[in-house]
Order: sequence, then C-alpha cells, then structure tokens
Amino acid sequence: MSAVAEARTGTVRASRPRGGGRVRESVARWLFLAPAVAYILIFFGYPVVQNVVMSFQDYTTRTFFTGEAPWVGFANYAEVIGSYVFGTALSNTALFTLGSIVGQFVIGLLFALFFHRRFPLSNVLRSLLLLPWLIPIIAGTSVWKWILDQDGGVANQLLGAFGIPAVPWLSSPDVALIAVIIVNIWIGIPFNTTLLYSGLQGIPEELYEAAALDGATGWKAFWHITWPSLRPVVTVVLVLGVIYTLKVLEVILGLTGGGPANATATLATESYFRSFREFQFGEGAAVSNILILFSLVFAVIYLRANRKQVDE
Amino acid sequence: MKKITLASGALAATAALALAGCAGGTPSEPVDRGDITLTITDTLSETSAPVYQEVYDACAAEIGIAGVEATHVAGSGHIAKLLQQIASRDLPDVVMIDNPDVQQIASSGALSPLTEYGIDTADFPEGVIAAGSYDGELYGVAPMVNSLGLIYNVELLEAAGVEVPTTWDELREAAQALTQGSTYGIAFSAANSFEGTWQFLPWMWSNGGNEDDLTSPEVVGALEFVTSLVQDGSASASVVGWSQNDVTDQFIAGNAAMMINGPWNLPRLTSAEGLEFEITTIPVPNAGDDVVAPLGGETFTVPVNEDSAVQEAAGAFVACLAQDEHQITMAAGRGGVPSSPSAGAAAIEANPYIAAFVDTVATARARTGLLGEAWPDAATKIYTAVQIALTGQQSPEAALEQVAG
Repeated sequence: MSAVAEARTGTVRASRPRGGGRVRESVARWLFLAPAVAYILIFFGYPVVQNVVMSFQDYTTRTFFTGEAPWVGFANYAEVIGSYVFGTALSNTALFTLGSIVGQFVIGLLFALFFHRRFPLSNVLRSLLLLPWLIPIIAGTSVWKWILDQDGGVANQLLGAFGIPAVPWLSSPDVALIAVIIVNIWIGIPFNTTLLYSGLQGIPEELYEAAALDGATGWKAFWHITWPSLRPVVTVVLVLGVIYTLKVLEVILGLTGGGPANATATLATESYFRSFREFQFGEGAAVSNILILFSLVFAVIYLRANRKQVDE
Repeated sequence: MKKITLASGALAATAALALAGCAGGTPSEPVDRGDITLTITDTLSETSAPVYQEVYDACAAEIGIAGVEATHVAGSGHIAKLLQQIASRDLPDVVMIDNPDVQQIASSGALSPLTEYGIDTADFPEGVIAAGSYDGELYGVAPMVNSLGLIYNVELLEAAGVEVPTTWDELREAAQALTQGSTYGIAFSAANSFEGTWQFLPWMWSNGGNEDDLTSPEVVGALEFVTSLVQDGSASASVVGWSQNDVTDQFIAGNAAMMINGPWNLPRLTSAEGLEFEITTIPVPNAGDDVVAPLGGETFTVPVNEDSAVQEAAGAFVACLAQDEHQITMAAGRGGVPSSPSAGAAAIEANPYIAAFVDTVATARARTGLLGEAWPDAATKIYTAVQIALTGQQSPEAALEQVAG
C-alpha cells in the first residue's frame, strides 16, 4: 500500500503532493512534536499561567486548605509597586545585573584569552577555575560572609596590611551591593570562561596567520578577527547571563538577606519574602511576574540577535 | 478554577463532618490504640533529636500506641512544606510548629483545637497560651519555651571593674567601659530577618511600646537606645548582618563582653573552654520596671485527620508531651525553660543557668498575641526600621515613620 502511495505521490511531485500525502506529513510532524509540546505545556506553561492567575488573587495560607482565592484584580500589583521598597528593589536589580554581567564577562574573556595560549598546567588551572561554579552556593556565601566580615574578616586584614581602613563590606548600605556583586562575579566567571574558551577554540588558526602576514597582531588581531568570530558565543553568554542573573536569590540571601536596610533587596528577594515570610502569595506572584517580563524582553532580544546571525 | 474550588469545598466539608463526629463522641474508656503508629514532623537539629526521641518513646508507651515515626526537617523550609502538605491533605499526625506561625497555620483550618484532648494548661503563663491560640481556641501547646537574656563574660567584667547592669543607662555605660581593643562591649542580632525583630522586642516591649503603633514615643525611644549602642561604638556595626548564632560565635571568641541571647546556646557555652559566663535578665528602661521579653519555643499541634482514632491518639500524645516531667527532660537537654511554672523549680535545680530565663518567661509575651495573622507584616516593618536606623540612613523616628507607611 505504502509503495503505491509513494509511487503516486512520486508521479505528481512535479506540481505538488496530493491531499492525502500532505495531511499524513503534517500529522507525522505533529506526532513527533507532541511529547515535547506536552512537556513544555505541563512543566513550563502551567506554572507560568498559574503564577499569572495567582497574582490577581488574594492567595494566603487559608487558600492551601480551602482552595478559595478571591479575585482582587490589580490590587496586588498596586500594593507591590506602591511599596517603598519597590523603587529600591528595581534599581538594585538593574545595578546588580549590570555589574555582575560586565564583571563576569570581562574577567571571563580575559581568562579565556589567557588560557588560549597553551602553557604547562593550563588544563589543570582551567579545571580549578571551575570551582566557584561547582561549590554549592550556600557554602560559598558562608565563606564569603566570613571573609568580608568587617572586624575580623580576611579581606579587611589584607587591606589593613596596605594601610587601607577597614571597609564595612556587608554592614553598610553603601557598600553592601558592591560586595554582593563581587561575590556574584566570582561565581559567574567559570561559566563565562568556559563558553568563551570553547568559542575561541573554534576560530581557525589560519585567520591569525594570514593577519600576521599583513601585520595585524595583538590588539588589532583581537579586534578584527577574534571579536567578530566570537559574536555568536558572546550573544549566548550575555543573554543567558542576564536572564540567569535577574533571578539570583541564594547569593543575596546567604550574604545579606536583602539588607542592610534593603540595600541589596532585589525583585527576586522581594518576591521570596512576600510569599514565604509574609504568606502573601498573590503579592509575591505579582513581583515575580514583573521579573518574568524583564526576562522576556531579553529573551526576545536573544532570539532576534540569533536570527540575524543565521541570516548573515 | 471553579471545579477545583467545588471539589476542595466538598473535601473541607467532609473534613468538618469528620471533625464534628470526633468532637461528638468522647470515649469513656481508652480506645485500643495498639496498632497505631503516629507520624511526627519536627524541626529539631541533630543534637536535639535524641533528647526528644526519649520523650516520644516514653509517651508512646504511656498512651499505648505501637510507636512513633519522627521526621526532622530544617526550620527554614518547614512552613513551605507544611503548606504543600495542607494542600494535598497529607499532613503528619503531629506537627511541631514554631509558636509565631501557629496562628497562620491555624487560620487555614488545617489544625484541630486541643481542648478536647484534656490538656491541662491552667497554670501555664499567659504568653504561652496566647502564642498557641487562634480565635479563642488553643491549637498548639509548647512544652518547652525560651526567651532572651543578658549573658556576660564574668572575667571581662571583673577586669574592667564593671558591675552587672540592670537599667538601660547602666547598660550603656557598662558597654562603653567594656569596649577595649578588639572586644566590643555588647553584641546582639539586628539582621534583616525575623531574628532581628525577635531581638528588638525586649527593648520595645519593656519600654511600653506595642507592635500595632510603631511610631509611638515608646517604640522610638527603644530604637534610639539600641542605635546609641552602635553609635557609641559599644556594638559592632556588623550586628546588622549577624544571626544569633553569629553573636554567640563572637561572644565565645571573646570579641564581645556581653550578648543578648537565649538559653538554647547553653550547650555551646558550657562546653566552650575557659569561658566563664553568667546570665541575668535584660536591663529595663528604669529601675523597678518589668522586663517584657518575647516568648520563643515550638508548639506541638494536631492536624485534622480523616481517621478519628488516629487524631484522638495524636491528641493524647501531645497531652502527654505537655506533662511536667517531659517538659523538664526537653528543657534540660536542649537548653530551655519548661512552660509550666511548677516544673521551673526542678529545672533550675538541674541547670542553675536558666534561672534568669525562668523569671523572664513568667512575664514573656507572645509575638502573635496582639496582631495574630497580621504579625509577619509588622515583624517585617520592625526589622526594616531597625536596620535603617542602625545603618545611620535615617533617625530612629524617621525610620519608623517610613516603614509604618
């Protein structure tokens, strides 16, 4: 039967496939897609939709037992945006993300370029560089909290050896955000280094040799060969980094708990506190939806940039 | 959405009917519980769990059940887990809930009132009853409670020639005199969490302030006092990042001559080599005032159970846990104070260090006593205001006005 069908569609392929063949093709296509679509709908779609709905409801501990969550419209959003913490949380989130990404990316790129030249023990060092990424974040933040302690911490003792007065890393609202950014950069360097390093490996050596013949070495070689060739990898690293950093919670909770005096409060910590400290799940959902909106913007930028790459 | 509401409404109705059935029939003779094994979830640490296991086994034998299955979870994720279990109707038979959370969980309707299990709480301090009550009914009973006190390093005080302070002025002077070299006079926790709130409450309440009026002069006065300790340099600016455990670390290391902390640290303090310490009640604003400190301690609660026989056994179990002899075991093993005053004397004999805490608990106040379910919101405001004032961003008065909204 199938052979006959094949023969039939084969003869009319010059114009277009017959109705029966086209339907079967698209049915087959959908059947292949079905498991993936179902998975995404259940494990990504449902929580996101539930979260959006929850942000319009008065969802409290009582709801867990009775299942009732009265509809309150935009009241949660009004309460969240009108609270005195929101402006601070918004600017902190922006500063934290910007500072972390710039720091992680620049240092990661420098490390990748450094390891690009082979030298003895470079493989060992590169593996060791992965450690900050591998350590459980709570363990890492506990150690950093001890290092950055104002009175007895190693950081201030080191600065003291150079005659610099002790810096109140985690206890001053002016410095706390910088301290948290530094720790987040430390955690994010391995990710950037690894991806950029593999991107560098993909650039053919011949390009460098050809450029050297024309007298382009060092900085010129980087600007004209390395950087353009790395563009796809850079896009991935930056956009993934931004989307991930927007959500960072454990680093901040472990180091300062959002303080002192909301100096390190971000949208992520606000969402967590509203839901699990004050048991106002509707408000927490509202904050997290605002965060998702920002992430979506960057995701769209990523998709756009990617499409451009393919077209180029 | 509507379908879910209907289904869970029907489920809640069935649960209510079952509960009514339970309340209606009080057994005149003990029901045979020989084949019941109670599941308990508590938030005990590895060191405290064996202490309680002794008591669990003793009570299991006393009420005639087959045994208990205790699961220990970390305190921080406990509430989230409980809420999940409430939603899936999958709660254990007995649940340990920290006292400020009882009202929230009770308001969901998942707990059963303890009055039907014959628990005698007549001579429990008022704060203990208030902490475990919601809407006039008792839902959680705490066999062991704790509070806050002033713990000081005897050697350092003697060396500086400082007497033990009893009023705020004396405390401020003592702290200044004790601040030498790398040692601060006093240490306490002003963290960005409910621990920071908990540590501020003795100052606020002893000065006559209340959590429903945060801009009153009494609360402002209390915040001004705490801020002055940091401004004088008697307390490290890092207190805004310290948990109570960090404060204990600092005290044991000799970086602080005095600390505000609770009796749960006693096992650590007594085992610290070369540390000579004493405990007294927290200084009061003026001589002769009463110290009003917050009441800590976990309660045992009995969730509503589909199986009325199991629920009744769970109730009898919790009633057994609340007896004096078991209170003393728990308090001695964990460093706490028995809830019942009659057990207090025996506990002090076993561990003289808790004498100051026994006095404090008698007048201690429950955090949820005034505001009930609205407490978490006020607690967040309090620790935020403390942080804003201690970091010098605003004056105490302005800080409190900002958070009060």
